[in-house]
Amino acid sequence: MSQAVVEPEAPPARQMDLLRFATAGSVDDGKSTLIGRLLFDTKSLFSDQLEAVEAVSAARGDEYTNLALLTDGLRAEREQGITIDVAYRYFATPRRKFIIADTPGHIQYTRNMVTGASTADLALILVDARKGLVEQSRRHAFLTSLLRVPHLVLCVNKMDLVGWDKAVYDKIADEFTSFAAKLDITDLTIIPVSALEGDNIATRSEKSPWYEGPSLLHHLEHVHIASDRNLVDVRFPVQYVIRPQSTTVTDYRGYAGQVASGVLKPGDEVLVLPSGLTSKIAAIDTADGPVDEAFPPMSVTVRLTDEIDISRGDMICRPHNAPAVAQDVEAMICWMDETAPLRVGTKYTIKHTTRTARAVVRGLQYRLDVNTLHRDEGAPELGLNEIGRVRLRTTIPLLADEYRRNRTTGGFILIDESTNRTVGAGMIIEAS
Amino acid sequence: MSQTKPYRVSHLDALEAESIFVMREVMAEFERPVLLFSGGKDSIVMLRLAEKAFAPARVPFPVMHVDTGHNFPEVLEYRDSRVAELGLNLVIASVQEAIDSGTVRELPDGTRNRIQTPVLLAAVEKYRFDALFGGARRDEEKARAKERMFSFRDEFGQWDPKNQRPELWSLYNGRHHPGESIRVFPLSNWTELDVWHYIAKEQIPLPSIYYAHEREVVERAGMFYAVNEFIVPKAGETVETRTVRYRTVGDASQTAAVLSEADTVDKVIDEVAATRITERGATRGDDKVSEAAMEDRKREGYF
Repeated sequence: MSQAVVEPEAPPARQMDLLRFATAGSVDDGKSTLIGRLLFDTKSLFSDQLEAVEAVSAARGDEYTNLALLTDGLRAEREQGITIDVAYRYFATPRRKFIIADTPGHIQYTRNMVTGASTADLALILVDARKGLVEQSRRHAFLTSLLRVPHLVLCVNKMDLVGWDKAVYDKIADEFTSFAAKLDITDLTIIPVSALEGDNIATRSEKSPWYEGPSLLHHLEHVHIASDRNLVDVRFPVQYVIRPQSTTVTDYRGYAGQVASGVLKPGDEVLVLPSGLTSKIAAIDTADGPVDEAFPPMSVTVRLTDEIDISRGDMICRPHNAPAVAQDVEAMICWMDETAPLRVGTKYTIKHTTRTARAVVRGLQYRLDVNTLHRDEGAPELGLNEIGRVRLRTTIPLLADEYRRNRTTGGFILIDESTNRTVGAGMIIEAS
Repeated sequence: MSQTKPYRVSHLDALEAESIFVMREVMAEFERPVLLFSGGKDSIVMLRLAEKAFAPARVPFPVMHVDTGHNFPEVLEYRDSRVAELGLNLVIASVQEAIDSGTVRELPDGTRNRIQTPVLLAAVEKYRFDALFGGARRDEEKARAKERMFSFRDEFGQWDPKNQRPELWSLYNGRHHPGESIRVFPLSNWTELDVWHYIAKEQIPLPSIYYAHEREVVERAGMFYAVNEFIVPKAGETVETRTVRYRTVGDASQTAAVLSEADTVDKVIDEVAATRITERGATRGDDKVSEAAMEDRKREGYF
């Protein structure tokens, strides 16, 4: 690897923020090379890791150091040369810490892409400049919009192999932009790169004078994510009730949880669901002392002025801004289980925020072809990696928002009651 | 929480919030959680997070030390004082006792990392622990990079990497049948540097061996091992006094020190930020056995 290395400007700052991104694409698109390049250029790759990869590459007779070996951690992956599971990677620059959810791109792995995208602030999709958009690129873009990942980056890779031809880049960029317009994608950035040679990765390359946008790393460091959080709708799912059994602290009753959205302040009037009782916030505690306000993703403990019965699974919100209290839920579901399909009439355990209930599948409206977006209304079931619109009825009400409005109070998982496997991921369209 | 601007959350605050969320989920959904506490820096940070997650109540679960018998005295002393300070119940699963009673056998090379696993599993069975907090991080090793925050283990404690539960949003599936258990890794998304920044921010005391000190060492395969009751210099090895510190603390017969002048937390942070070798690569003889050493041990029930 040759390209200039980014020198940390100063000892790593303690006030960095955090960006989570998911990468999608196959080995052929150069995804592992790109990740290896990001790690290398930010000095996040360690010499013993590199030596181990070089040794294995040499032993296998690879022509160049195969950076895919850095992320393929499992024996079966190395033996078969495939990536099985989501791998998490970490790097930091003085501005940001990054968590990469590296998801395999093959069709079987829609499950993994959905998993990685569920927590991502940004999705990074790769295409090979020589091949242009393929079915898989469209599928990844669709999943990014389905999971409502706020930012999307398309890297047109292997530009060195098309002689940095602007026309090739423009054609792919135009085609992708018009496809993305049909999806719910709010922020799209397209960057021409060569992961292998490091062009437009850490720094702008001289080989693409016609490209006026940022390098990939610059974009990752500067993309504005603070506004992605919902700071409007107060949603505080109660996780756990803290009641110290101690002689020094008496009469303490605090509701522990992580703020899903909105801003909570002492003195605020609150509505507690599902009881419908109202109270006021007496204090917001942390182990470091009380705070003036709590917002996502803070984990805090809320105390109320009134003694009302609240337990895990309840939700603290505001009297005039509350989620639906609903037992009938319409949702898009991605099926994740290879052992049994989703069928109408089957009962599952549903986990939604801190609430667990049972749910029965009342109807399957359609199955979506993730490549063509065609809706098959006659589909009898959803198999592994299939996505469809489903109607559920739950045993107790969920305190739910539309997923498009709130990723935390709009997402749920389904669990098979006999095997305990996580079998489905759901995104609520409507709850009533 | 520290903020520079309204609604800004630093990466350390975000990591802390996530770890606290995970600990509270476990406490709410499991019957008998336990926290693995070795006196190493990651388990020390994890214990601090547990303290913060349930304040002003006490840490609501016991801690367990799987004691290889190959200990650094500074670490044992730290363990006991911290346990006393927090009023915790400490369970010790002793590898030495298991060897003495014949339930496990000492390996020919005398190392005890691998034989910890049956001792750990016996303790899980004896106390019927259903959730075990471990301080492992995904940046440590590539098998760990693929393990879930909630890692399902069957009745033999085995990890099956091809049969992991998808983990979406912050919805963790801890359901299990009797005899099965979940290993929970609240520090999954932390890096070595994050851990050190947090130690600095929270001013968490550590066993002294994490900071530079003079020690008699022998060099083996490029690594510096302290001369003690477990590491006896072989013929041809020279004992020398060097300024070293430990980056990790494990089986004292297997854990090497690194040459270092870093005697304060800020100096350690500068050193970790500049280092070019992973912490396990620099200090653990046991991970060098094969490409898949960690994966194999995890499949057997290791953390």
